[in-house]
Amino acid sequence: MSATATPLGADVAADPRSTRRSRGSDKSRAEAKLGWYLAGPAFVILVLVTGYPIVQALYDSLFSYRLTAPADREFIGLRNYGVILTDTLWWEALANTALITVVTVAVELVLGFALAMVMHKVLGWLRPIVRTAILVPYAVITVVSAYAWQYAFALTTGFMNAVVPGVGEDFDWFANKWTALLVICLSEIWKTTPFISLLLLAGLAQVPSDTIEAAKVDGATAWERLWRVTLPNMKASIMVALLFRALDAFRIFDNVYIMTQGAAGTQTVSALAYNQTISRLEIGLGSAVSVLLFVCVLAICFIAIKVFKVDLARARGEG
Amino acid sequence: MSTRWRGRLGAGGAALVLAGSLLSCGDGSAAAGTPTLNWYVNPDNGGQQRIAEQCSADSGGAYRIEVSILPSDAAQQREQLMRRLAGNDTSIDMMSLDPVFVPETSEAGFLEPIPEDLQQELSAGVVQGAVQGASWKGELVAAPFWANTQLLWYRRSVAEAAGLDTTRPVTWEQLIEAAQSQDTAIGVQGQRAESMTVWVNAMIASAGGEVIENPDAKGPDIRLGIDSDAGRAAADVMRALAEAGVTGPGVDNRDEAATANLFQQGGAAFMVNWPFVYAQGKSAAEGGTMDRAVFDDYGWTTYPAMDAGTPAAPPLGGIDIGVSAFSENPDLAFDAVRCIVSQENQAAYMVSDGNPAALESVYDDPEVQEAYPMYDAIRTSLQAAAPRPQTAYYNEVSQGIADQWQPVTSVGEQTPQESQEYIEQVLRGEKLL
Repeated sequence: MSATATPLGADVAADPRSTRRSRGSDKSRAEAKLGWYLAGPAFVILVLVTGYPIVQALYDSLFSYRLTAPADREFIGLRNYGVILTDTLWWEALANTALITVVTVAVELVLGFALAMVMHKVLGWLRPIVRTAILVPYAVITVVSAYAWQYAFALTTGFMNAVVPGVGEDFDWFANKWTALLVICLSEIWKTTPFISLLLLAGLAQVPSDTIEAAKVDGATAWERLWRVTLPNMKASIMVALLFRALDAFRIFDNVYIMTQGAAGTQTVSALAYNQTISRLEIGLGSAVSVLLFVCVLAICFIAIKVFKVDLARARGEG
Repeated sequence: MSTRWRGRLGAGGAALVLAGSLLSCGDGSAAAGTPTLNWYVNPDNGGQQRIAEQCSADSGGAYRIEVSILPSDAAQQREQLMRRLAGNDTSIDMMSLDPVFVPETSEAGFLEPIPEDLQQELSAGVVQGAVQGASWKGELVAAPFWANTQLLWYRRSVAEAAGLDTTRPVTWEQLIEAAQSQDTAIGVQGQRAESMTVWVNAMIASAGGEVIENPDAKGPDIRLGIDSDAGRAAADVMRALAEAGVTGPGVDNRDEAATANLFQQGGAAFMVNWPFVYAQGKSAAEGGTMDRAVFDDYGWTTYPAMDAGTPAAPPLGGIDIGVSAFSENPDLAFDAVRCIVSQENQAAYMVSDGNPAALESVYDDPEVQEAYPMYDAIRTSLQAAAPRPQTAYYNEVSQGIADQWQPVTSVGEQTPQESQEYIEQVLRGEKLL
């Protein structure tokens, strides 16, 4: 996420139009310079703290390297990648991760928009209360929310079997892949919908009220105003919300780690990387999984920015 | 604000932050004179903390032991220790190690070798399985502290009603029959976790097999014995359990604690489990969360056998104390270890924390006998117990077994062969885990 944020400042400063516009204006040139001074240190630190581990992981992924047997370290080229890409477990984990990403982001977008509308419309003394209430789940740490959901559904501690109709009292949600994934997705949606609604609320605030008024005067129904005026004006913030959440959802780890530890075929890509690197201490193989995860995240960014033309600058109200 | 001023402010702020972090790094090691020994322990009822205080006091100022608590899960304890040790962390002097991770820690050179005479002292009078569990390549590399073993627990009334003779070794087959006749379950650990390996290993060992045939070998050269008659016998037991419908609800996510609860609540009248269940039942009865009559109905005997003629090889667990190779005071650490594993401390620890001692003589202590009426069953079980595979690649083998033998209902004729092939591929670096 940080990597996508840093080029913004660079874009603004290096944009030929802005240079042209500012030619001859000392004030704007000084401002651009100040921009660099302010963003520069953060940019350098980010490159150091994110760039170094990435390069180290790339390098480690070319070795057969076990942390407890450093003497046996051996250069094996791209063999780790061959092992991973021919392993059904990798593809299963990738499919699970993609499924969780698509399902949770789609549901969160619809729910988040509804909640954003509520936060936007509600007035008076209710406003801060509603906004706080909606944001509470996002303030909960993911591990805590994962435990809460697990305890609610687990056979030993849970109460959901008594609440959900058509479910027997001995039903084990985490013994079956699809029910386990369902609980994981529910927990994820509950936890991060507020984040999406917050981003969408910012978008809603940018929709010009006079355009909506004009549409009202022209006789557009509420539904038409939503589809023809509000949503098109919010496209940028919707796409940014989608991108941020998709990147976040693709790296899902906590919920799976707490609830199933990857049992019942619920392995995800991040959990797979953790298992090789941290649990097995196979630094080489684990780094290769991490690099592949990084490539997937890059691909999502690339598709979003190039294919769906997400304009990060516009979402910040700079366009 | 001028540009120069901004620069000064920025530099000043950075200097403040730096100074703050340097200051916070500086404290901590400012003990006055007495060397501090850091002991990384698994969580318990506070028994290890008490022993640390006692030994510190007894040392007469030679050392002071400080306890740092590791995560509760054995696998996570290993993760934390290994990562610290791989970074040559000098802040660890002693560590409480699960015996299954002793070979890996020793093979990696993370354990300070124990002097010959101390090896003899630390293994004298210790149950055989515990010595084996603390040894690697013929040397004692950690001090046996406590030794755990699983027993077969049952409700006396149910066993009686089923006509099960518990005075003689019980087989899995008899157990399944008894559970079926009384419409109850057998509490086994079917979670995809270490407890699954404990169970599978005990069954394979009880059937005369071995999970690993050449434990000293490097990963790719390890020969497994899962695809064998013993492995198939273990798979048969699991299949019989599932087919008879006596595994009880939620077996696929059940660990030792969940099994103990199931037994306590009456969901299963039989279970295989560690002796902590007795202390747990006792406190539940005393606390009023369980009927006293239920607790009085608790019965125990040795682990189920695979066939009537051969006695079982029950699971072996426990904790060994290792001294870190990166400790700055290894000699003092060995003195502290000697104190920690003393007979008095082991006896007190067994009474306070419910963890069976590694020293056989502790079982003659009247206080221990009173607190644990099944002391004799535990001692007998420890003498017959089989350690889990002793290998530097234990984590791969264990995770592989847990992955392939789970869920219990999916175990079939092919499981031993498939799991063996899978784990061998993982060990050769050809598969992910």
